Amino acid sequence: MTPAVEVHDLVKRYPKRDVNAVDGLSFTVQPGEIFGLLGPNGAGKSTTIGVLTTRVRATSGEARVAGMDVVRNAVAARTLFAVVPQQTNLDRSLTPRQNLAFHAAYHGFSRTDRNAKAAAMLDEFGLADQADDKVDWYSGGMAQRLMIARAMMHEPKVLFLDEPTTGLDPQSRLFMWERVRDLRSRGVTVVLTTHDMDEAAEMADRVGIVDHGKLLALDTPEGLTRGLAGHSVLDLSVTAGDGDDPEKLVAALTDVAGVERGEAVAGGPIRLYLTADPATVLAPVIAVLGGRSATLTNVHMGAASLEDVFIDLTGRGLR
Amino acid sequence: MTVLDTPTPTPTSSPADARPSAARAFRAILWRDIFVTGKEFWVFLAQVALQPLFMLFVFAKVLNAGGYVTDSYAHLLLPGIVALTAFLTALQTVSFPLIMEFSFTREIEDRLLAPLPTYLVAVEKLLLAVIRALASAVVMFPIGALVLGSAPWHSDGVPLLIASLVLGSWVGAGIGLTLGTMVPPSKISVIFAVILTPLMFTGATQYPWQSLDSMRWFQVVTALNPLTYLSEAVRAAVVPEIPHIAPWICLVVLVLSGAIFTGVGIKGFMRRALT
Repeated sequence: MTPAVEVHDLVKRYPKRDVNAVDGLSFTVQPGEIFGLLGPNGAGKSTTIGVLTTRVRATSGEARVAGMDVVRNAVAARTLFAVVPQQTNLDRSLTPRQNLAFHAAYHGFSRTDRNAKAAAMLDEFGLADQADDKVDWYSGGMAQRLMIARAMMHEPKVLFLDEPTTGLDPQSRLFMWERVRDLRSRGVTVVLTTHDMDEAAEMADRVGIVDHGKLLALDTPEGLTRGLAGHSVLDLSVTAGDGDDPEKLVAALTDVAGVERGEAVAGGPIRLYLTADPATVLAPVIAVLGGRSATLTNVHMGAASLEDVFIDLTGRGLR
Repeated sequence: MTVLDTPTPTPTSSPADARPSAARAFRAILWRDIFVTGKEFWVFLAQVALQPLFMLFVFAKVLNAGGYVTDSYAHLLLPGIVALTAFLTALQTVSFPLIMEFSFTREIEDRLLAPLPTYLVAVEKLLLAVIRALASAVVMFPIGALVLGSAPWHSDGVPLLIASLVLGSWVGAGIGLTLGTMVPPSKISVIFAVILTPLMFTGATQYPWQSLDSMRWFQVVTALNPLTYLSEAVRAAVVPEIPHIAPWICLVVLVLSGAIFTGVGIKGFMRRALT
């Protein structure tokens, strides 16, 4: 079966920059998959999507969408994918209905076809009652829905969603997730970029974590969290005793059996990554804290999340 | 045209049907622009006709009533104003929407992702600009006649009139494309101040070029403005008795400057559309 997306050794260097925005990236997305590209700002996600959607010229490497070479055959590739950008780019000179109809016209659909499809899409995305309003009157969530409807007008095989739920209210977010799953059930492959961990864990079948233009990890969300130092974490809100500091406390706590490693978040709790059951580790941990006359104010036991994996791989530094 | 956009047939894989073609996509995006122009027709008319109308009214009617200009000046001015209207309409049709569409609204993205080579999206803008410019020129003649009470007409000059207006609009559109892809939105008011105004007044629209013989430096300046050749050609077509630059020189200069600005403009367009 032809992969929905194939990226091989992709490199993109923007003019006058001394680092590659995308630096030898390779991955494959299978048809019918929901694939999440995760990474901090500036990691190269959008550039990768830009190359795959023929808006960014690759410096080297290969990129294919539904088997079509997007570098050498951009025009033909454009019939096979659709993009929903992060920022609204709806045509404000047209009504929502006309936005859909004209999009289909650009893609060569006949007048009858595009009017029928537009009506069906508006219905499906809950916009039928506002189909002939002004696009300017649309809320963020409505504009987002309309953009997905527009993207689906030319029946693409692969849909690229750039940060699909950033800035949406919870209702719109749930609706969006539902629609995306629905698209998958119809055989559309979805590639989404996000830095919302919950979204990636909730939505994606597989997640690729990207930073500095390189792929750091690629697995199912469960696989990624499993791979990270044990299954569970222990968050301790601690005030260090006199003459002690959080760094030393962490060092001491790491010696406790069942603790794989620990870290102190500035101004936040101490987080311990465990290889054992948190309940069995808690007593020795409290003993260590007591021995160093530190005050424990709160304890939280939890499972490692995708966010932990993300921070573990990409670091805490601000971008 | 870039390597990226070369529509070569693929031996390995192709879409199941040949439904989308570049020609159909081109027609559809042109239809989108004509549709929007039609929807906002009155705005369009006000945009293109109001300024030249006032210019005509003040220079040919008001100044004439005060005895400052003669009746024959009106017949000299109208063809110049028609040339100016066509030129500016073409320029503004491309430049201002493009500056906005590439930045704030990003509206152009849906068309850039249509299945046609990217440079054709720029060509479509030029074609639309020529169509709108010709429409505005057609509107200006009767409006001018109404304002002035009469309009000069010379039926032998019609082929030259049409040829010069088409070429002149194309040059205006090319300059619009160049500006539209070069100027950031924050500098949009600068276009008015430092580009449009000098273009309007050094374009031999309000005076025949040869009447500048006694002002050599200004004659040289106007000779550098492509609009001069459009004004001169339109006057040669409509009021041939007024001394003018030979029409063939005008047409050659218009073709050359049209080609140059189209080339530069499309290059700029590709740089904005593809990174």
